[in-house]
Amino acid sequence: MSELSLVESVRVALQEEMQADPTVIVLGEDVGVHGGVFRATDGLQKQFGENRVIDTPLAELGIAGVAIGAAMNGLRPVAEIQFADYIHPAYDQIVNEAAKIRYRSNGTFSCPVVFRAPFGAGVHGGLYHSQSVEALFFHVPGLKIVVPSTPYDCKGLLKSSIRDEDPVLFFEHKKSYRRLRGEVPDEDYVVPLGKADLKRRGSDLSIITYGIGVHLALEASERVAGDGIDVEILDLRTLLPLDTDAIKETVARTSKVLILHEDNKTGGIGAEVAAIIAEESFEELDGPIMRLAAADTHVPYAPELEEAILPNVDDVVAAVRRLAEY
Amino acid sequence: MATVIKMPQLGESVAEGTIGRWLKQVGDPVARDEPLVEIQTDKVNAEVPSPVAGFLQQILLPEGTTAAVKTDMAVIGDAPPSGEIAPTPTPEAAPAPAPAPAPSPPSAATFSYDKQAGGGVVGHRGEEPAAPAAQPDGAAGGKRFYTPVVLRMAEEHGIDLATIQGTGTMGRVTRKDVERAISSGGAVAPSPSGRGQGAPTTPSPSGRGQGEGAVTAETQRSEDRALTPMRRAIAEHMTSARRDIPDAWSLVEIDVTRLVRYRASVLPDFLNREGFELTYLPFFIKAVLAGLRAVPELNAAWAGDHITLHHQYNLGIAVSLQNGLIVPVLRDSDQHSIAGLAQALRALVQKARGGKLSMDDLQGATFTVNNPGSLGSIMSQPIVPVGQAGIVTMEAIVKRPVVTADDAIAVRSIMHSCLSFDHRILDGAQALQFLRTIKDQLETVEYPIY
Repeated sequence: MSELSLVESVRVALQEEMQADPTVIVLGEDVGVHGGVFRATDGLQKQFGENRVIDTPLAELGIAGVAIGAAMNGLRPVAEIQFADYIHPAYDQIVNEAAKIRYRSNGTFSCPVVFRAPFGAGVHGGLYHSQSVEALFFHVPGLKIVVPSTPYDCKGLLKSSIRDEDPVLFFEHKKSYRRLRGEVPDEDYVVPLGKADLKRRGSDLSIITYGIGVHLALEASERVAGDGIDVEILDLRTLLPLDTDAIKETVARTSKVLILHEDNKTGGIGAEVAAIIAEESFEELDGPIMRLAAADTHVPYAPELEEAILPNVDDVVAAVRRLAEY
Repeated sequence: MATVIKMPQLGESVAEGTIGRWLKQVGDPVARDEPLVEIQTDKVNAEVPSPVAGFLQQILLPEGTTAAVKTDMAVIGDAPPSGEIAPTPTPEAAPAPAPAPAPSPPSAATFSYDKQAGGGVVGHRGEEPAAPAAQPDGAAGGKRFYTPVVLRMAEEHGIDLATIQGTGTMGRVTRKDVERAISSGGAVAPSPSGRGQGAPTTPSPSGRGQGEGAVTAETQRSEDRALTPMRRAIAEHMTSARRDIPDAWSLVEIDVTRLVRYRASVLPDFLNREGFELTYLPFFIKAVLAGLRAVPELNAAWAGDHITLHHQYNLGIAVSLQNGLIVPVLRDSDQHSIAGLAQALRALVQKARGGKLSMDDLQGATFTVNNPGSLGSIMSQPIVPVGQAGIVTMEAIVKRPVVTADDAIAVRSIMHSCLSFDHRILDGAQALQFLRTIKDQLETVEYPIY
């Protein structure tokens, strides 16, 4: 057991999978010699060589296309997109190729590729180093989307993603990279895709969230606990496919739901979660399904403005109180 | 041409009604005289027929709403309500004044139900004024909004939501409120006819749910229970009777040994023929009728400057319900044999307990008979119903050692009969003449059964 930061857990997962499976390769901008802009691949090229840890040109379309081709031909590439903000050039490859290969080839080919990307705001990254992009892929059949919230989950989920036979988008919140530390077993283990994690049991209301939202929710629930508000927290972990059973179970327990994410509100993951609850758990509801998300705008560079548009613990506390009172 | 349907006056001294159930939904075609809505009042549930044929265009009072007589309830038009503008209900027929507004409505942006109120499908709170004292939660508006889980749990556990004090925003009944009601024994829902109130929701110490906060502990020490229409009616009637009627009281002891034996002797044959047990009540009624004939001042009413003597013997028969009391009227009770009385009483009690009494069944009693003996009472002091001259009770029949005429001691079946009477109309002498007549009848007469 080691105490690792989130980014270290990424590196450990990559290292272990590369050791265990020679078909696993890593590619991306600065992942090799430099060891990754966030050091997620630090030391891997030294350990596994230039053929398995590949520095690529600054061209996301190319990174994705190369990774997809390699995956179709027997490798298990883990492609790093340096910032999720730059995944947009690769959107065509991911959506039109990776997502469709199994379907288009009638199951003859699969595409076991992982696209890793740091995402999210809160580090004063401005317009192009702060985006949340999960909703852009959420609509696409054939993709899986994973957002770990702890180092333990991160290692286990990344291993599952690498071993998965289909394309997985693996988004790591960059603000959590070093701030978040946690116990991670040294041995091999996986956390299954498609399974949410009940982070906290409570009776008054449920916060359904993922990524950094889990930590906002945990802090907020500690703050309201003194007032007798007992919050349940469900960490979705995998956004696509959603763990609808876990969502329905928590709704059945508390009957009140606050959906929390850092991504913009409109058309976000929360909208789908709310729709699932409305469709499948209507008779369990004892209050409006509420969403707390970023304002529908771009992430500003100015720290004050960035703070203003992102949900923070105070916002979560206020929303929790309102919903609890309802 | 559209017609506004108003809350009807279902009987004298009935000032308001509660919407029990809409039998038609918005958009439904309605035939003339077809039942449209079920209304609950103090004492009676009635189906209100549509006065016209057409389509139900608007429901203005959701189910559970209590509103004054003549309040607009619905609009029926010639066409289905497809975008057509319904006539504005007459403003002067506004419901009774609303209770004080809720202390702090939630901010408008918070919950969308406020904006969407108006569907009235699952109930909602809106801006319309409510009938007075109809709101158990003290919330603004005459309607209560119930969330899906609250409705579902209430139905599953037979909880009458109207009896629950809400702790949510604006007094909303929350899921936790329902869970508390369930764990504390539950407020039993009234039958579909909505007649009685449920069992007490007084929580037992052991009945506490889990995870309850300070608010709960507070509410468990005492609670406010909403008044059902019946409870309110009983309170009003009893208060005005006590206030307006100078009543006096008397009692006789009756040796009903002979009656007990006589009833026992005719019982098997009766049971065989009628299929149900013959109770003592038909015999008591026979005796009461003899008493009323002897003392016509008891089959009468005080009318301020005169006394009205009735020539019909319409007896109010007190029937206890699960959580209330109702007094249906046995009309022309002097026209029946013992068996006929038994059948009529049985029908009346069944109607009362099934919530099926009509207004006719409840109006026009000239004298009231109460039978608390069936509950074990040996002496009681009933309150004279307003508009009548008296009320008589038949108490429990108990075996007692009695000194007989020849100074022997015998075990006899003894019953008390108590009379409360309006002393403005008659005096003790007449009252005792009535009681003596009853005593004489029950001690000596063997009424033919058929």
